[in-house]
Amino acid sequence: MDAKIETPVGERPKLSVRNLNFFYGSFHALKNINLDIPENKVTAFIGPSGCGKSTLLRTLNRMFELYPEQRAEGQILLDGEDILASKDDVSLIRAKIGMVFQKPTPFPMSIYDNIAFGVKLFETLPRVEMDERVEWALKKAALWTEVKDKLNQSGSGLSGGQQQRLCIARGIAIKPEVLLLDEPCSALDPISTGKIEELIHELKSDYTVAIVTHNMQQAARCSDYTAYMYLGDLIEFGPTAELFMKPKRKDTEDYITGRFG
Amino acid sequence: MSTTLNARRLARHKQRKRTNVIALALSLGAMGFGVFWLVWILFETIYLGIGGLSLATFTEMTPPPQGEGGGLANAIFGSFVMVGLATLVGTPIGILAGVYLAEYGQKTWLGSAVRFINDILLSAPSIVVGLFVYAVVVAKLKSFSGVAGMLALALLVIPVVIRTTENMLSLVPNALREAAYALGTPKWKVILSITLKAASAGVITGILLALARVSGETAPLLFTALSNQFWTSDLSAPMASLPVTIFKFAMSPYENWQKLAWAGVFLITVGVLLLNILARVLFKNKH
Repeated sequence: MDAKIETPVGERPKLSVRNLNFFYGSFHALKNINLDIPENKVTAFIGPSGCGKSTLLRTLNRMFELYPEQRAEGQILLDGEDILASKDDVSLIRAKIGMVFQKPTPFPMSIYDNIAFGVKLFETLPRVEMDERVEWALKKAALWTEVKDKLNQSGSGLSGGQQQRLCIARGIAIKPEVLLLDEPCSALDPISTGKIEELIHELKSDYTVAIVTHNMQQAARCSDYTAYMYLGDLIEFGPTAELFMKPKRKDTEDYITGRFG
Repeated sequence: MSTTLNARRLARHKQRKRTNVIALALSLGAMGFGVFWLVWILFETIYLGIGGLSLATFTEMTPPPQGEGGGLANAIFGSFVMVGLATLVGTPIGILAGVYLAEYGQKTWLGSAVRFINDILLSAPSIVVGLFVYAVVVAKLKSFSGVAGMLALALLVIPVVIRTTENMLSLVPNALREAAYALGTPKWKVILSITLKAASAGVITGILLALARVSGETAPLLFTALSNQFWTSDLSAPMASLPVTIFKFAMSPYENWQKLAWAGVFLITVGVLLLNILARVLFKNKH
């Protein structure tokens, strides 16, 4: 791949990935990735399994550092500051870049505490303000009306779709700037998926959203920009409509029309 | 054509059914054999135990041989003190070591070494632990004592708690840990508020099972706490316990001692049974 930098025209880059290489032990999983994720837009990452899209997402909040055999080289700039080289505690970076995972992961505590848990890590709020924050986050995640009468019940008692929205609310509650969604709908039914897609659409007015998805219709429906990856390379990146309607590269076209992948 | 195929299928089917009946009969027989002895033990214990049980069992001290009356008050108290303290000492050490093994040292050589040594300790005969404490504590201090008994029991509690804590923590899905880290949670807090909490029912079950195990241990107390005919709460003095008292009384030719031994056996059995039931209920409620 040529190392040209993919920068959407007329957008302010929120996260800039520069010359990023990633290794699982000796396996080279991401090969010289360069792209800008624009602010207040939804950027989707698509590609066949094993193409590195989830890996890329997990470098953006340094999640990979939990595993000693994984390592990243290059730069990831958040508003111009390199978070890979940052000397700040990684907690502070993750507070700015939230993440929601494939499977819903409610914490073993009440719905209220699920939301308050993250907030308490960074802020000491009086009870009233904490109540407001919990309500705000649950409303943002379109879950408030369903759970407002059972905030003290366990989060694991909710349905899968509700649990996933709880996880999104938990991520939003600490007021991050970027939200990373790693196949957030793959374990959900179509109705819950619809709700979360609507939610993603609303979230982009306040956040920069990056979503990894296996579902191309989903990428087409809810993203502004789409990146197509294959075997650790970024093949094509551009406005979603353009990439799906008239892809510049044959590989991309083959994938989105279902000829392979 | 198809008739011969059907005949072959039928023959195979009949053969499978016969095999099934034989296997079922064998496993039912094996189960019946096991349950038979268990029920007999329980029946004997209850039958003879209740006969020896009275209010005096709980209020009076162990009697001299051939005397009238007497109870097990000092032995019950001693068992409670030593088992209680052993659990109190052993549980935090066991949980902390289990947390180390599951969350910090999974792949380190230190972790593997600790896990290996713990496995040895887990399967070590309790009499070995008793002799060890005898050599290290009793022989040095030149006196049998409640502390020594408590230490021996704690050494039996620790490996059980380490093992269950580690197992229960490794059952917690990694996705839950990652979700907590993704919020910017520091590691100690992830362990304390998320993983240990998610594994709490299992960890508590492990503690209860360890408690149940040591409350019936005799060998480690024989050379450490010894026994005491009188009530004592002085941990530096020899201390009576139910298992040692049972051992001494059941071996004696005196009828009043033998009766009390059965009463003691009954108390331990019921206690262990209750602990096991409690552990099951706790675990079930959470899962």
